Amino acid sequence: MRRSARDTEESARKITRRSLFLGGSMAAVVAVLGARMRHMQVDQADEFRLLAEDNRISIRLVPPARGLIYDRNGKVIAGNEQNYRVVISRDDAGNVEDVLNRLSGILPISAEDFDRALKEARRRSPLPILVADRLSWDDVSKVAINTPALPGVSPEVGLSRIYPRDTDFAHVVGYVGPVSDSDLAKQDEPDPLLQTPKFQIGKIGVETWMEGDLRGKAGSRRVEVNAAGRVMRELGRQEGDAGADIRLTINADVQNYVQARLGEEAAAAVIMDVSNGDILAIASAPSFDPNLFVRGISHKDYNALTENDHRPLANKSVQGAYPPGSTFKMVTALAALEAGEISTSTSVFCPGYYELGGRRFHCWKRQGHGHVTLERALSESCDVYFYEIAMKVGIDKIAEVGRKLGLGMRHDIPMSAITEGLMPNKDWKAERYKKDWMIGDTVNASIGQGYVLTSPLQLAVMTARIASGKAVSPRLIYSVDDKPSAVDPGEDLGLNAQHLKAVQQGMYSVSNSQRGTAYSSRIEDKALKMAGKTGTSQVRNISVAERARGVIGNADLPWNRRDHALFVAYAPYDNPRYAVSVVVEHGGSGSSAAAPIGRDILLRAMSDGIPPSSAYPASQRNRIDTMHRKLELRDADGKLPESSRA
Amino acid sequence: MSFLEYHHKTVPTGAAKVLHVNWALVVLLVAIASVGFLMLYSVAGGRMEVWAEPQIKRFLLGLAVMFVVAFVPIWFWRNMAGLAYGLSILLLLGVEFFGSVGMGAQRWIEIGPLRLQPSELAKVTLVMMLAAYYDWLDIRKTSRPIWVMIPAALIMLPTVLVLGQPDLGTALLLMTGGVVVMFCAGVSWYYFSAVAALLGGAVTAVFISRGTDWQLLKDYQYRRIDTFLDPSSDPLGAGYHISQAKIALGSGGWAGRGFMQGTQSRLNFLPEKHTDFIFTTLAEEFGFIGAFSLLVLYALVLAFCISSAIQNKDRFASLLTLGIAATFFFYFAVNMLMVMGLAPVVGVPLPLVSYGGSAMLVLLAAFGLVQSAHIHRPR
Repeated sequence: MRRSARDTEESARKITRRSLFLGGSMAAVVAVLGARMRHMQVDQADEFRLLAEDNRISIRLVPPARGLIYDRNGKVIAGNEQNYRVVISRDDAGNVEDVLNRLSGILPISAEDFDRALKEARRRSPLPILVADRLSWDDVSKVAINTPALPGVSPEVGLSRIYPRDTDFAHVVGYVGPVSDSDLAKQDEPDPLLQTPKFQIGKIGVETWMEGDLRGKAGSRRVEVNAAGRVMRELGRQEGDAGADIRLTINADVQNYVQARLGEEAAAAVIMDVSNGDILAIASAPSFDPNLFVRGISHKDYNALTENDHRPLANKSVQGAYPPGSTFKMVTALAALEAGEISTSTSVFCPGYYELGGRRFHCWKRQGHGHVTLERALSESCDVYFYEIAMKVGIDKIAEVGRKLGLGMRHDIPMSAITEGLMPNKDWKAERYKKDWMIGDTVNASIGQGYVLTSPLQLAVMTARIASGKAVSPRLIYSVDDKPSAVDPGEDLGLNAQHLKAVQQGMYSVSNSQRGTAYSSRIEDKALKMAGKTGTSQVRNISVAERARGVIGNADLPWNRRDHALFVAYAPYDNPRYAVSVVVEHGGSGSSAAAPIGRDILLRAMSDGIPPSSAYPASQRNRIDTMHRKLELRDADGKLPESSRA
Repeated sequence: MSFLEYHHKTVPTGAAKVLHVNWALVVLLVAIASVGFLMLYSVAGGRMEVWAEPQIKRFLLGLAVMFVVAFVPIWFWRNMAGLAYGLSILLLLGVEFFGSVGMGAQRWIEIGPLRLQPSELAKVTLVMMLAAYYDWLDIRKTSRPIWVMIPAALIMLPTVLVLGQPDLGTALLLMTGGVVVMFCAGVSWYYFSAVAALLGGAVTAVFISRGTDWQLLKDYQYRRIDTFLDPSSDPLGAGYHISQAKIALGSGGWAGRGFMQGTQSRLNFLPEKHTDFIFTTLAEEFGFIGAFSLLVLYALVLAFCISSAIQNKDRFASLLTLGIAATFFFYFAVNMLMVMGLAPVVGVPLPLVSYGGSAMLVLLAAFGLVQSAHIHRPR
């Protein structure tokens, strides 16, 4: 179509005008773009650079190696082992399920772990997911060889706690485990280390009480990460400080002997150095393997532990509060002597019972002891003698002496759930029960029944104090990072030396006079003579009717109704080195169930290795040798004999 | 003036055409594409074969296409406009029924080895069609309602089809490209004002009615609009991408962090770093200097096109050149506004730089048309 020249001109002018307008608008937009670029890249560059660095650089904590725990001779009680594990990074794996399937062809992955890993992968966390833990070097090598077929899978190595002397120290050292919410809640400002994956924290025992020393200080590494959170390279590294090594006062070999000697009884034993309070061994039986808890204990294993009526998880040596029974009689005697109510030669007639306000308190010996003085009262454990003198001295004085000897108070050693026990007096009862102290309460307390409760640790402390006359306190930590912890030999108790001597003499007779309750557990070696006291504490009331019929013997009672068997002792008599306490729950009588164990432990502590049979009475040597051969003791590396591991 | 009035003898023929090619424009396009190759090499972590190499091959092919198109006389293309438009509408309908879906919503048709995105093609054919329409139309009728309705319908047809794919970005580019041709052809200001007022009114009504009894949209639709307009309200989704893009861009500073040293792109913080967000990598690694230089290159392309259009006395040629320039402008402007956080993320690539074959081929063919218009201009 032809157009008029006028139209053509007009059209061209219009296009020119409009295209200039269009160009102008475009120029304006381009100017805005340029200005925005300038603003962001020049004015705000520093801010954005910071954000970019923030994106790129991540500070990762490097967990320090946990401090080791040794016995007093440097044997490892708690160590660290290399732990190989395999992790998978979701972003690199692509199809996680596919890769896991291929991986389970190479590694033994439990269905449980498989599902857990898959579930974690669905949560879209950028952090690597743990697939398998505690792998052997062989398994890790297999994974390394197959890397091309396993995208996103990588082996890792970390440290994990191991207790080479497993059951021996479960109650002392305790164990570590993964950090729980309640662990975090306990602290105002939790160490950021606690949030690092697979971090282990002390759960009970020395591991938890000495956590501050054992943990160490985290190092850090600056790493470059990609958007998926995967570490691309390390930019810098600052090593942390490993935790402090701790040496315990315990002798691992003695501890092992004690634990083995207690066997499968529900029992506890403590042996300590009389001169400085060093705990040589502190055992609670039955025990358990703390390594199970470190690895994550199975429901089956855990139920087996909780359902066992011997309560393997309870730390009976410090946590158990038992009526001390006759082992308490030294306290009553000392109180009466100190109060001046009796002298060493005071004689009491024992007809087999004690009448008080129409009520009869029986002596364990129905036919009575006849006329007894302090030495015989202790050695034959005459109850009536102590009823009588307790009536004279009163509970408050007895409680005062009891406290002086370390009963009814918490001894601060780094173990869990330490009991205070109970050393009752009039005020305590008034406050606790809003009732007056009854005269019968004093009678019961005088022979360590009634309200009095003590732990094996307290009994050991009591014995050490009687032996030394000093306020010996238990010590468990020998040194931290080779800096010895303070030794406190204890101040003088302020007890009359004559009185102490009289009580010590009585204890000597217990195990050395023919009529002593622990005579059969005597030590033959002249240099190692032992002084002790047996105790048998009732856990049930004996009714009048039962007394009339005749008290049922322990052997005829169900296990959990039998009496507790107790024994405290120290040796050598003339130069005390060690004090021991033994409690066998429902063991029957102290002289038959607890005293032999106490004697064996003292002899073991005083010998280098298994006590020589020459230390034992000739008639018992064959039996003792057989018993010692049957004990499954660890070798120098802490390994059990082959036979017992099957 | 129409091509019928050409003094054909003054138009170069044969090999002489080579001398009349707008070489400056060719150099600019090669420069822009080279920036693309460089960045594709960088985001692939220093590897050619991932993106850069296929992109170079496609660019060379596109360049060949451009020259072929350029050497064909412009009046041929004018005559082809209706056919081309019709073909692209057919193809758009074709993808509706036979197309494959990929990358979210962009659809393509596979014809033999060729993978064609009809919506890309439509951008150019629509501009051709409208330019041819106004070349044909009596100038005095330009602003008469009935003659305004026709081009409006021509625009709406492919726009609606593309919108249905759904590809909002391309639909917007199509529409704005077409509107620009109408504007340059001289359609009265009143129409544009009226449409602008109408749109503004509708948008205002939608927003004002929110929360009232006569609310125009459903609640969830409003929430979608919110995320669209303000990605930071969805910090893990679109907001994450846009804020990472801004960090990359801003952290470049004056001179950038150095070639292949951009941490945001190297460590995968950037989304779609080889396609829609490639500009942020350039800005991160070459800084303001690099980013602004690319902007200048784009602006120069526009300047050359507009100047060529003004000088050209052929109505079809002028309108075609302007329409293509405008399409090109909307491409890079929307992309840059998007990555700088000034516009919602709509998925528009950076022309000639972003990785992608069919867009680049079509764009180079379009520049072939611009060249053809330039070579065969009436003298």
